[in-house]
Amino acid sequence: MSNVLSAGTPAPDFTLHVTPDQVLSLKELRGRPVILAFYPADWSPVCGDQMALYNEILPEFHRFNAELMGISVDGVWCHAAFSRDRKLHFPLLADFEPKGAVSKFYGAFRDGDGVSERALFVIDKKGAITWSYISPIAVNPGADGILEALESLPK
Amino acid sequence: MAKLKVPVGPADHSQGPADAPVTLVEYGDYECSHCGRAYPIVKALQKKFGKQLRFVFRNFPLREIHPHAEAAAETAEFAANHGKFWDMHDLIFENQSSLSEQMLVELAHRLTLDRQVLRDALKSGTFAERVQGDFASGVRSGVNGTPTFFINSERHDGDFELETLLQAIQKGIHNDK
Repeated sequence: MSNVLSAGTPAPDFTLHVTPDQVLSLKELRGRPVILAFYPADWSPVCGDQMALYNEILPEFHRFNAELMGISVDGVWCHAAFSRDRKLHFPLLADFEPKGAVSKFYGAFRDGDGVSERALFVIDKKGAITWSYISPIAVNPGADGILEALESLPK
Repeated sequence: MAKLKVPVGPADHSQGPADAPVTLVEYGDYECSHCGRAYPIVKALQKKFGKQLRFVFRNFPLREIHPHAEAAAETAEFAANHGKFWDMHDLIFENQSSLSEQMLVELAHRLTLDRQVLRDALKSGTFAERVQGDFASGVRSGVNGTPTFFINSERHDGDFELETLLQAIQKGIHNDK
């Protein structure tokens, strides 16, 4: 199990592709809470996969003015196809080159498997991690922990 | 371990005695094929455990990926208002492959419910709030896909094959003693 960054740690900044011709940096989102959801791969073969589930719950996250981002080692074109298929209304970041670099910074990379962990981070508006959680890879963690973490952010 | 945050209460749709040693709660989506596959499994569990099992169904429609899930959930709630929740619940799952609003209206008719009243209720979202309440309670409880089962308020993280659920429920009965 990797050594996941925990509450109190400043969230390492990163810049990743969000579409084939667009990049996004974490620091651009300073001023509002951010949810980072690392996950192993696009296209897991179930109806309510983790990203599809968060997509349904998005209005609950927005009540906290929070921005949700999914991150996996899949490339931009893969993300684009997955996002379109699942009708996702939030960005997927490609931790693709160098592979898994951001996941590694966050302690959310599975060496043997070469994919991100199912790791969740809530980052406050100043850029500090206030909550993190690694789920067993086979268990979709749901959103209860994220919502509790958002609730306990100072208003 | 994720836990059911909203306890089973009088507003829930349940089958089996309130004091059964095990309560199985399913958060489900009428258009989800996995829920469709879980439907006969739950029936088999109910048959096997009889009065030892209370079963509760709560709505968790994945509206973005299942265009008819919300209407189906609202239709079941509409039927509930006429004391026919479980009849409708069963009919929808048994006809899942041809789910459409037209079909839901026909199912209502089969249960001698008024087609036009249902159409109006769907149009005005009469039961949307109720469905959303179920959905929100599921989110809070750590529902992580459909179906998600809770056995005596603890999320069941194993698969939902008959044998797996049988064992989990048996364990619940045992712990209750």
